[in-house]
Amino acid sequence: MIEVKPVRRVELSLWQKTYYPELWKGFVVTCRHFFVNLGRHIGRSLGMKTKPGRVTIMYPEERRPISPRWRGRHRLMLRPDGAPRCVACMMCETACPDNCIYITPGESPDGRIEKYPVAFEIDLLRCCFCGLCAEACPEDAIRMDTGYLELAGYARAEFYLDREFLMHDSAPTTHSQYAGELEGRAALRVDLLKLARGH
Amino acid sequence: MWLDLGLIVGKIAVVFIGIIAGAFVLTWAERKQSALMSDRIGANRAAILGIKLMGIVNSVADALKMIFKEDFLPPKGLRFLHAAAPVFAMFPVFMTFAVLPFGPTITVGGKVIPLQILQLDVGMLYLLAFGSIAVYGVLLAGWASNNKYTLIGGMRATAQMISYELILGLSLIGPILVYGSLDPGVMATAQNGYLWGWIPKWGIIVQPIAFLLFLPAAMAETKRCPFDLPEGESEIIGFATEYSGMRWGMFFLGEFAEIVVLAAVLATVFLGSYQVPFLFDAGEKLGMAGFHFPWGAYLPIAEWAVVALRILSFGVKVLILMWLQMQIRWTYPRFRYDQLMRVSWREMMPIALANIAVTALIVMLVA
Ligand code: SF4
Ligand code: SF4
Repeated sequence: MIEVKPVRRVELSLWQKTYYPELWKGFVVTCRHFFVNLGRHIGRSLGMKTKPGRVTIMYPEERRPISPRWRGRHRLMLRPDGAPRCVACMMCETACPDNCIYITPGESPDGRIEKYPVAFEIDLLRCCFCGLCAEACPEDAIRMDTGYLELAGYARAEFYLDREFLMHDSAPTTHSQYAGELEGRAALRVDLLKLARGH
Repeated sequence: MWLDLGLIVGKIAVVFIGIIAGAFVLTWAERKQSALMSDRIGANRAAILGIKLMGIVNSVADALKMIFKEDFLPPKGLRFLHAAAPVFAMFPVFMTFAVLPFGPTITVGGKVIPLQILQLDVGMLYLLAFGSIAVYGVLLAGWASNNKYTLIGGMRATAQMISYELILGLSLIGPILVYGSLDPGVMATAQNGYLWGWIPKWGIIVQPIAFLLFLPAAMAETKRCPFDLPEGESEIIGFATEYSGMRWGMFFLGEFAEIVVLAAVLATVFLGSYQVPFLFDAGEKLGMAGFHFPWGAYLPIAEWAVVALRILSFGVKVLILMWLQMQIRWTYPRFRYDQLMRVSWREMMPIALANIAVTALIVMLVA
């Protein structure tokens, strides 16, 4: 049986229909913001410890911490000896919904390991950053924790990442470190909350 | 004769520079004020040798950008009208100010100088007449661009402006009845009168409804939010779509100048023009210039200080009203077009008419 939930439209009262009282309410809100922020800006420029009159993050100079589970550009993890941790099992290539991982497997020179990727390429222009590759990997060899926000380039070729590039920075970059790895998730949440409230 | 001419040119220069400066400040204030209202910072990246002046340099950068931008004319557009439209939009705005007094009449060395470019008995009519001419700018811009959508946009803007002009005119009749004159100069003097000896006879006090009608109607005339349908650039194509560079900049400047002029009109008619409450000059109080408070206190002030205070008061009022218009523009969402028309014809007009009737009755009974 289909349940029917009647939606009653809220009729405006005469008071609201006269329009001016409601306009006034909105006006008070914006005025409050205006004067409070103005006061805070003035206070700050006079060196007082008032709250900042803005929530803007001056982006290239300031960065907001990103969550540890935030998915950025991929990287390939390394073994202690510098070889790729990937065993060319093709799980990620199979899992990828966009078919943008291209792996050429080869026999590993290390006797204990069966295969390794001779070539490992990701076409970022097709990637949708779903994270399924990282999820699928049995070796934890591919991660998306580099924290790169700025994926921009002058040519398409720049987005075609090869194995060497994916391996070149095997540690997460500074701001993802800052965001997650050091403080843990709880601390980060507090950070983000504070940020949202404008501290 | 030459002295008179010189004086007039001087006054025109003062007013002209005042409006341009006001418009320039507004381009900056618009950004910073809206930023403050929504907890942002606003434009602050442009800098000359590291000096940012709280974002004022951005306005300079804007002007430079507009000057160097390509001046585009649509292939089948009408060259002359396309060039003339922004002038039509801007010219009447500057003309309007001519009848508004920006200070009291002063006497220097036996010469009486009214601080008003043009003392016109029908000043208010002049004001409305030039307000109507602004419609041509919009319509011509839409027509000369040879683009269906700009033409429709121009028509839409015209319909809006004509509808609100009506309200503008009707709401002004109230104050005109009360002050018994069409001359803004006389209106300004009349507003130094007091009801029961202590309430200043400002327009906003004797004609509050007219004020509440005039303000939105005037904002609709300047085509700014919440009445900015004529230039809803990205969503509903407006009349200025085919304009770029400095020609577009002229529309823009005209709009900001309109804000300044409108603030001046509002101040003149509703906020006591240049009057400061309880401040009288020597002519009004038998040689005793200064504050005459209703409880009998008297604070003497030099005659020149009275003049200075009054000019200052006019400036402050205009600034406050400019701020108010900006605040309104960034507070309210845009009307839908049918709402816009309904508000004008079905809601504001009856109220305006009723206001006229009631005012006329009261004026007749009191007189
Ligand atoms: S993030 Fe998703 S789309 Fe991108 S490479 Fe991994 S699996 Fe493919
Ligand atoms: S799933 Fe992991 S181990 Fe397998 S090919 Fe992909 S990266 Fe290499």
